[in-house]
Amino acid sequence: MRRDVFQAIADPTRRAILTLLVTGAMTPNAIAEHFDSSRQAVSKHIQILTECGVVTHVQTGREIHYHFNPDKMKEIDIWLERFRKMWEDRFDQLDNLLNDL
Amino acid sequence: MTNNFVFDANMAAKTINVTREFDAPVDKVWRAWTEADLLDKWIAPKPWRAETRTMNFMVGGVWLYAMVGTEGQRHWVYAEFTAIEEGSSFSSIGRFCDGEGNPVLEGPKSYRNTKFMTIDGNRTRVDMVISFEDESTIKIFTEGGFKEGTFMSMNQLDELLASA
Repeated sequence: MRRDVFQAIADPTRRAILTLLVTGAMTPNAIAEHFDSSRQAVSKHIQILTECGVVTHVQTGREIHYHFNPDKMKEIDIWLERFRKMWEDRFDQLDNLLNDL
Repeated sequence: MTNNFVFDANMAAKTINVTREFDAPVDKVWRAWTEADLLDKWIAPKPWRAETRTMNFMVGGVWLYAMVGTEGQRHWVYAEFTAIEEGSSFSSIGRFCDGEGNPVLEGPKSYRNTKFMTIDGNRTRVDMVISFEDESTIKIFTEGGFKEGTFMSMNQLDELLASA
């Protein structure tokens, strides 16, 4: 199944996991302790976040740490900024046109 | 005078709300959004210019225009009208086009609803809601090829369509 950033942030638990990871890398157990849901449910969410590219993992010995990947989120900001600027420029041109109409 | 420009993206909902006020009565603003010769004068961000090929402003009708670059390169933009309330709102579906301006029907779509209302007696507020199907769609539509002032090549578009 194809994953995208929007699936990552569409779910409240996944948003909460991302918020946790922004403050620092965590093991799956440490993440799960913050939620009432089963460990299995939390690890499913972590898996989806990894597939979406917003979370990466680093293995040290037997421990896995999950990291937030800000570059993936930044991608969206860049597209959006470009889109916002395009509409802003269009509207400025429309102002001029309306003056002459 | 402030124009109260709002650009509010709700990524979880794959929706972008755009609001802007104009210092002109609603009938003029409506004309500027629905008449081809007027649209061509403002819809292309500089240094691009717009050239409408087809404009049939009715439900089921199509507006097809080209963004023409400084070196004559053309990027086609296609919108099909799905609902119109004369003078107050219209909705459309945006589609990608091949190099000849033919819509790619199985390709990604964007949806747009645009509302016009009178404010302060003789000014106009436009509220637009743009929604997308998924990340690849929002990416193509927002980038729209505007990267560094050049439109995305058809090869890149083909790639994106293939992965969509």
